[in-house]
Amino acid sequence: MAQEDPAISLQHVHKSFNGRVVLHDMSIDIAQGESVVIVGGSGTGKSVTLKHIIGLLQPDSGHVFVEGQDLCCMKSVEMNRFRRRFGMAFQEGALFDSMSVFENIAFPLRRHTEMTEDQIKLRVRQCLDQVHLEGVEGKRPSELSGGMRRRVGFARAISLQPAILLFDEPTTGLDPVISDVVADLILEMDSKLNVTTVTITHDMKVAFKIADRVAMLYKGQIIESGTPFEFQQSSNPIVQQFIEGRAEGPLTEGD
Amino acid sequence: MSSLFDRLGRVFIRFFEQTGLWFGMLWKTIRWTFRPPFEGREWLRQMVRVGFDSIPVVFLTAMFTGMVLALQTFIGFQRVHAENFVGSVVALAMLRELSPVLVGLMVTGRVGSSIAAEIGTMRVTEQLDALQALATEPVQYLFVPRVIAGILMLPLLVLLGDALGIYGGYLVGVKLMQANPVIYEQNTFQFLHLNDLWSGLIKASFFGLILTLTGCVRGYYTTGGAEGVGRATTNAVVSASLIILLTDFFLTKVLF
Repeated sequence: MAQEDPAISLQHVHKSFNGRVVLHDMSIDIAQGESVVIVGGSGTGKSVTLKHIIGLLQPDSGHVFVEGQDLCCMKSVEMNRFRRRFGMAFQEGALFDSMSVFENIAFPLRRHTEMTEDQIKLRVRQCLDQVHLEGVEGKRPSELSGGMRRRVGFARAISLQPAILLFDEPTTGLDPVISDVVADLILEMDSKLNVTTVTITHDMKVAFKIADRVAMLYKGQIIESGTPFEFQQSSNPIVQQFIEGRAEGPLTEGD
Repeated sequence: MSSLFDRLGRVFIRFFEQTGLWFGMLWKTIRWTFRPPFEGREWLRQMVRVGFDSIPVVFLTAMFTGMVLALQTFIGFQRVHAENFVGSVVALAMLRELSPVLVGLMVTGRVGSSIAAEIGTMRVTEQLDALQALATEPVQYLFVPRVIAGILMLPLLVLLGDALGIYGGYLVGVKLMQANPVIYEQNTFQFLHLNDLWSGLIKASFFGLILTLTGCVRGYYTTGGAEGVGRATTNAVVSASLIILLTDFFLTKVLF
């Protein structure tokens, strides 16, 4: 291929936990600047996929390449340096509850940059603006609503200006309106920051809204992948059942 | 029959697994201690938490142990007319054995458990993953400051315990049992060697390492939500206490 390397490339990744196979020969390429949404039922290995991309988990076999580098061969110090290129937003925000909102967002800045305290203040302000929050710097994570916690999580994820943003179930547990707000926010960040994003979700509305490409994970493999339009037109009965959210169909048979 | 062997085998395997895990983490902690960045503020915070905040507990434990020890020895020694040596017994026992072990166990209950609960909660709420995602090694950011605090603070707490225990013994001996204060004081220090003090303080450092690292490791490998955090906390206290008691014997044997 004459094209540039894909930003992220999973090749024949196998992963099992205590004999339970979660990823089975899973492969996917994600191009620079692309916004990919991986959908799938609960327990199909979506989170595990995301954790492979950022190197929190290592594949049993197969390779994970990020910007052309194989993650498996990295030492922990190298890996830590490499992880600064990522921003990851966790399901419930995963904010450090011993710190205030400000300290949470400043945490990576203080550790990984030479910024002065004034510059850090400015940057935290920018990040919070980006997710449309204000006046929350002094609050503790426990004082925030679920939607706000997630937005602070986003702000923390973008503070180091990462090239790759990962979203783990960004809308799970939020009401439909806030879900849509969060989806808009992801779209906006995606276009403004010019990053590669990978989102995992089972919320199809959100998926179609933010994705350049939707991929479906089933039994540890990608069984369908295409633009939101192509995905909706898929002839795969499993995909159709998932989109429509029906209880009967190939997806639930044999369980 | 085979199921008995099965179970026994599994217990053994688990034991060796846990031991390996513990030493593996110890090695990792040591390596990360000497890598920048150094978390000065975090180190200080943990020292306050392990050391300063434990003072009330140590105060009561050591004081009353010294007092009851004097009381009991007095009763026994009176029968052989050796009351004069109560002070020596209290001082020796506190310095060499009681202060390090009791302070170790009390701080395990106070600090070891809270470390396990704290890190365990961070595990189940994905905060540990978030740390790693923010390019921060949890061993460096969480383990190192706590373990260092344990190693440095425990000897200081034990030193305090030594003084309070001896003072408690003095109070009971002189005020309650009407011993001659001058003779009591003389006998307290007459038979003490510097060794007695050192061996207690060295032990204390080991106990500090054991209780903090066990708390960290148990918390780190927490699985299964709130219940898992509870289990990790209990496990941390029980296993750290047991390890402390076992190590105590061997350290005493080695250190004289």
